[in-house]
Amino acid sequence: MSSPAALELIGIEKSFGSIHANRGISIKFAAGSIHGLIGENGAGKSTLMSIVFGMQQPDVGAIRIDGRTVDFPTPKAAITAGIGMVHQHFMLIDRCTVLENLLLGTENNFALGKALAYGRKRMAELAREYGLALPPDTRVRDLSIGERQSVEILKALYRDARILILDEPTSVLNAEQKERLFAILRTLRDAGKTVIFVSHKLSEIIALTDHVAVLRQGRMVGETATAETDEAALATIMIGGHVDLGRIGGAAEPGEILLEANGIAVCNPQGERKIDNLDLTLRRGEIVAIAGLAGSGQSELLQALAGILPIDRGRMSWRGQAMDLRNWRAKSLRALGIAHVPDEPRRFGLVADFSAAESAILGYHDCKPAARHGLLNPRAILADCNAAMNDFDVRPRRPDIRTGAMSGGNQQKLLLAREMRRDPELLLIGEPTQGVDIGAVAAIQARLADMRARGKGVLLVTSDLDQIRALADRILVMNSGAIVGELSPDQATDRELGLMMGGVTTKSRAQISG
Amino acid sequence: MTADTEPSRGKAVARAVLQPIFDVLAGLIVSGLILAVIGVDPLAASKSLVHGAFGYPEAIGYTLYYATTYMFAGLSVWLALRAGLFNIGGEGQIYLGGLGAGLVCVALDGMPGIVVVPVACLAAITFGAAWAFIPAFLLAKRGSSLVVTTIMFNFLAAAVMTWLLTAVMIKPGQAAPETAEFSASSWMPSFTSLASALGISIANSPVNLSLILALLAVAGGQFLVGRTVAGYHLRVVGGNPDAAAYAGIDAGWVAIFALCLAGACAGLAGVNEVMGVHHRLILDFPNGAGFVGIAVGLMAGRNGWGVIPGALLFAALAQGSVDLMIDNPRINPELVVMVQGLVIFFAGALRGQLTLPKLRAAR
Repeated sequence: MSSPAALELIGIEKSFGSIHANRGISIKFAAGSIHGLIGENGAGKSTLMSIVFGMQQPDVGAIRIDGRTVDFPTPKAAITAGIGMVHQHFMLIDRCTVLENLLLGTENNFALGKALAYGRKRMAELAREYGLALPPDTRVRDLSIGERQSVEILKALYRDARILILDEPTSVLNAEQKERLFAILRTLRDAGKTVIFVSHKLSEIIALTDHVAVLRQGRMVGETATAETDEAALATIMIGGHVDLGRIGGAAEPGEILLEANGIAVCNPQGERKIDNLDLTLRRGEIVAIAGLAGSGQSELLQALAGILPIDRGRMSWRGQAMDLRNWRAKSLRALGIAHVPDEPRRFGLVADFSAAESAILGYHDCKPAARHGLLNPRAILADCNAAMNDFDVRPRRPDIRTGAMSGGNQQKLLLAREMRRDPELLLIGEPTQGVDIGAVAAIQARLADMRARGKGVLLVTSDLDQIRALADRILVMNSGAIVGELSPDQATDRELGLMMGGVTTKSRAQISG
Repeated sequence: MTADTEPSRGKAVARAVLQPIFDVLAGLIVSGLILAVIGVDPLAASKSLVHGAFGYPEAIGYTLYYATTYMFAGLSVWLALRAGLFNIGGEGQIYLGGLGAGLVCVALDGMPGIVVVPVACLAAITFGAAWAFIPAFLLAKRGSSLVVTTIMFNFLAAAVMTWLLTAVMIKPGQAAPETAEFSASSWMPSFTSLASALGISIANSPVNLSLILALLAVAGGQFLVGRTVAGYHLRVVGGNPDAAAYAGIDAGWVAIFALCLAGACAGLAGVNEVMGVHHRLILDFPNGAGFVGIAVGLMAGRNGWGVIPGALLFAALAQGSVDLMIDNPRINPELVVMVQGLVIFFAGALRGQLTLPKLRAAR
């Protein structure tokens, strides 16, 4: 007889009203291994993990830890039992130090001195044990995203977690931070911990995990050792069909210049200069992608071109006509035929408290069909939303659902529907497929390729290099607020892109070698 | 699909209706416990409260008169809340609205009502909106805290009115700080006088045509917020200011628009008081209605129609407590304020926090 699994789920069932999120899921997680859990949006991954972490209670089913049946009425009970969770959106207090964040909830005393001293000692131990060294007295707001995630992992380890759940941990990381995370997770595995890695990125699952389980529509549809499968096989199980990951759509036929920016400069709302002296030309019939390490100014560029951040220097022209910079504002740009899918959809693109139908007219709310003579037309708005939901497969198909109650992937689809269905001349799009499942990714990418084929312009800003290679006709690489080089998709190997994104340009390399 | 959505929509409606009732009951039950502790029978007390508010025609008239003022004040707070703004300045805006109406009544004294009343209403709207405009402008252009500025403007309004009524507009030859009574043609017609003109006799009470105006204002406010582009702008700014920037909506102008609208509504409450009841300008006629309006506006939640039951509730408490105090010598005005406070606490501050499991599932 082998020893009992570190964590075992037996026949987990969970329903929310008419939605059956988990249907009889049974799964074992062994100690000292990394388990991948994959599935489309709404396949039930997050529900399952929130049950394991005590945030939800299963309707039916049992949880066993080391063979003992346990009951988690609260996350606290789960933490006590040795389960740690790293949420997709960090649960950290930005203005407190790393050490203070670690201690949170474990202080036990009125005076902090003792706990702080103990925490400092434990941090040093954990750093030795797992190679997770962080500065204890730095405020979390001064850390990079990757470091913040390490704080979350440390928090779990500090509470003696033996089972660590990571929910979509790589969605916020760049390539280099991702490698570092993987190294940490491998160290944890070798130290005997159980790691559960929730993701829908197949390449990561293959690269990192030892075992993988696939969920589809609330059911376990596959479970295997990672070494015995590959990306294509997993994708097939996950969506029940074949997904092409090659180049999408036909060749570019660059036409009329749509937008031209010359020497523009942009500050963020805090007044820090994020873009300086940048030139950019976007034409009909091509997809131009911006690549760059996180924080190189891509977000600000997208926001400035979309008229959210003011452009305070330089020249802008639209279809050959010079534009007054003061008029380059969100309000007037939609009328020109410029649509914008923001890279932070929940922050900019939607109103959580609105119904889906009301969110689906944002920015187009003052013209037909949504409104006439200053009055909204509820019937037309509903009909429009129904059509958009059918067109882009938004689920549930309920225009009256609260936008904030929709899953991230479906919010994104609603947003894409709003911006793409109005057939814009130029689409400014940030992270087009974030949070959406792999089947929908293909559909969205096909739509972008279709816009190019119909002679529209697309500016694509994304951290997904595979997507850039699959779609872009020209790749502009940004570094510290400037465009440092341009590549064609076949030149854009990981090495070449990585070097340019890190600020090493062809010119500077030539100078070094020459 | 419809079979799927119908029950949950029904539940949502049930929740919107039952939750406030549940909250108010919780406040009344706790009040009852406190009354029991000080030796007043809570059941008898609630009986005299209800009787005092609705038990006889005169009482109903008075309750409706209070409800009129609270509706305007509540609508004012509710409109600003839709844009994410907390208008604490209702009290001052009511005061100034009454001043606007009073100035017109004094200036046009003796002219026919058909001229004076509409002009006076417009003046009340303008004065109320103007009094809200200054804090709104400071907020939009300089980022000044609206809570601080609107509270200060309440004090300013009180000071200005005291000076006007003691030194400028006071009726010559009298000591009380108030204007002369307006001639009857510029009064807002009361229901009593309207009924007697039709040959029907109803009990004498101050309820007047302003009530109809208030109901129309609530309907108009609800329509504006829910069905117009301007109202959509209001809700986007209130719901997510970043999304407003994304959609090209100027949050500053929306704030100014929403607050001027709020001020205009509050100003109309002054019409009810000055032209409907007192028929002259007196000191302190808002009498805390601006603050009751905060509770009414908060209780209404997302739906503007909710202002009406909220206003009725507080009007019933205000009017019913008169009988309550007569019937129970142990109950003084401070205890009535406590009951009001508990209702506000449960229906405003704790809104939706205490709930039945069935209601929660509909969330």
